[in-house]
Amino acid sequence: MSFLEIEHLEKSFGSVRVVKDFNLPIEKGEFVSLLGPSGCGKTTVLRMVAGFETPSTGSIRIDGRDVVSLRPNQRNIGMVFQSYALFPNLTVAQNVAFGLKVKGVKVADRTARVAEMLRLIGLEGYDDRYPFQLSGGQQQRVALARALAVQPQVLLLDEPLSALDAKIRVSLREEIRDIQRRLAITTIFVTHDQEEALSISDRVVVMNGGVAEQVGQPFEIYNRPSTRFVAEFVGTLNLIEARVLDRDSGRIGIGSREASLGRPLTSDRLTLGIRPEALTLGRAADRDMVLEGRIDDVHFLGSVIRIQATVAGERVMLDTFNRPGTPPPAPGQAAEFSVHPEDLLVLEGERSP
Amino acid sequence: MKAPRVWSWIALTLGLLYFFLPLIGTIEFSLRKRRGEYSLDAYRWVFEDPKFRETFSYSVVMALFTIVVGVLIVVPTAYWVRLKFPRLRPLVEFVTLLPLVIPPIVIVFGYIRLYNTSSFLPLTGTASGTNLLLMMGYATLSLPYMYRAVDTGLRTIDVRTLTEAAQSLGANWPTIIGRVIMPNVLVAVMSGAFLTFAIVIGEFVMAALLNRPAFGPYLQLIGANRAYEPAALAVIAFSITWICMGLIQLATLLTRHSRPPRS
Repeated sequence: MSFLEIEHLEKSFGSVRVVKDFNLPIEKGEFVSLLGPSGCGKTTVLRMVAGFETPSTGSIRIDGRDVVSLRPNQRNIGMVFQSYALFPNLTVAQNVAFGLKVKGVKVADRTARVAEMLRLIGLEGYDDRYPFQLSGGQQQRVALARALAVQPQVLLLDEPLSALDAKIRVSLREEIRDIQRRLAITTIFVTHDQEEALSISDRVVVMNGGVAEQVGQPFEIYNRPSTRFVAEFVGTLNLIEARVLDRDSGRIGIGSREASLGRPLTSDRLTLGIRPEALTLGRAADRDMVLEGRIDDVHFLGSVIRIQATVAGERVMLDTFNRPGTPPPAPGQAAEFSVHPEDLLVLEGERSP
Repeated sequence: MKAPRVWSWIALTLGLLYFFLPLIGTIEFSLRKRRGEYSLDAYRWVFEDPKFRETFSYSVVMALFTIVVGVLIVVPTAYWVRLKFPRLRPLVEFVTLLPLVIPPIVIVFGYIRLYNTSSFLPLTGTASGTNLLLMMGYATLSLPYMYRAVDTGLRTIDVRTLTEAAQSLGANWPTIIGRVIMPNVLVAVMSGAFLTFAIVIGEFVMAALLNRPAFGPYLQLIGANRAYEPAALAVIAFSITWICMGLIQLATLLTRHSRPPRS
């Protein structure tokens, strides 16, 4: 049995079902991200684990104990909010000590723990500052220290990086992941940013319309999306319509070219999803599926050349690495693109096989 | 100088005269007890009158109790409305405005009818019972000011998220209100408290009809029987109000964690 067990969780606000039959077992020390567009129910799931919302049905068990009937202050959960939510009237040290004080921890132990926490987040010497004297990133680190000081069983992060600017977002997410690994604390991280979710999670839950569409490791989510929504929401995806010429052998037609997928198909039309990095300009040795098209635009970004092109009437994007010997192609020129059939994501209707 | 400017200066001067002339007149008059020269005789008389000290300290004590009761009623109510029933806010605001619409004399007659010695709760039968009644009356009178002040204070903080943060750290309701909400609306509570103080010090109708030895009825009594001393008393009462307002400013300035305005 897993450390944190969410089973058949449902939540309705009035007649609107925002979370539908949500199941998720989380192992101790695991870092799981809930990823999805706004309104997909990811924050509601997190708030139900925290105890701020009561599930309509379903159970949440932490370490074997059902917590649904417990109030938020009885659950031993640490939470970090998008808006930091530091107590403005307390100093950094007092903020971090708040939960310990509530618990009735002795002053000496409290002081030691606060010092340890501030060391952990790299804000030693900031004890007597007030929240308004800190930058956003510093405030969020204090909020993290405050949540961790009480040694919660589960850490909940509700879009903690969304209010920060891009550069700090990246460094802080690595810091969060590093601290999470060191303390081996079970963590649920809510975000709408797929790069964030993919880069720091053990597992990602992609949510849409209150349903967990796919649960898996980042590599799996990106490369083997189980639904059309996951394929399109996570990462950039080029979509090309294809005709099925022979279902049994998997022969398909794209524009004027024919190709074989080498596996049986079930419908007459399908959409091919191709990641930008799977598409190569020109022919390549191991990429035996060739498409024809025209180059529309070329962006030279330094290490990467991003090419926009039209293939079989669809706009596609591909990335190639810069090589000093090969100058980028000129816009307007006709070109061939090649792809390995195994790199194609086949989206048949709503669900892929 | 352009013509519109002249008019604004004239308007300002008239306004200032309207405000300050009676004040200056009162102060000047209060100093004229001794014939032919200015003196503080009227003030000396007032401060030496044991009745002044009694009624004033009575009113001060009543004001302090009123503030405590008012804060205990208003802060949790305003907080709860903001947190759980935001849709009820217009209704609650309306209710808190009622004391401005219903004259105190109506309230006090209602009290006397409801709580007289032959009622189910004979509060007017004892002095302490009547004091309690008077204090509740004061709390009602100060409700519009107290509620508005506290509600404005609550608007400056993210009540919901701070509450949730405190809850996730294990805090219960009394802890949240006492350690998180209250300190952050303290400046607002203070301004509400000083307004309450000023109201209670000057209140006449309730104290007179409930027959309690408060400062308001004393002011009226002196005004009816003496010449120079009422002016001195008026100046004293006025100063108290102004000191209160000054203290509000000071409290705002001295709060260390008050954040600079965010752009």
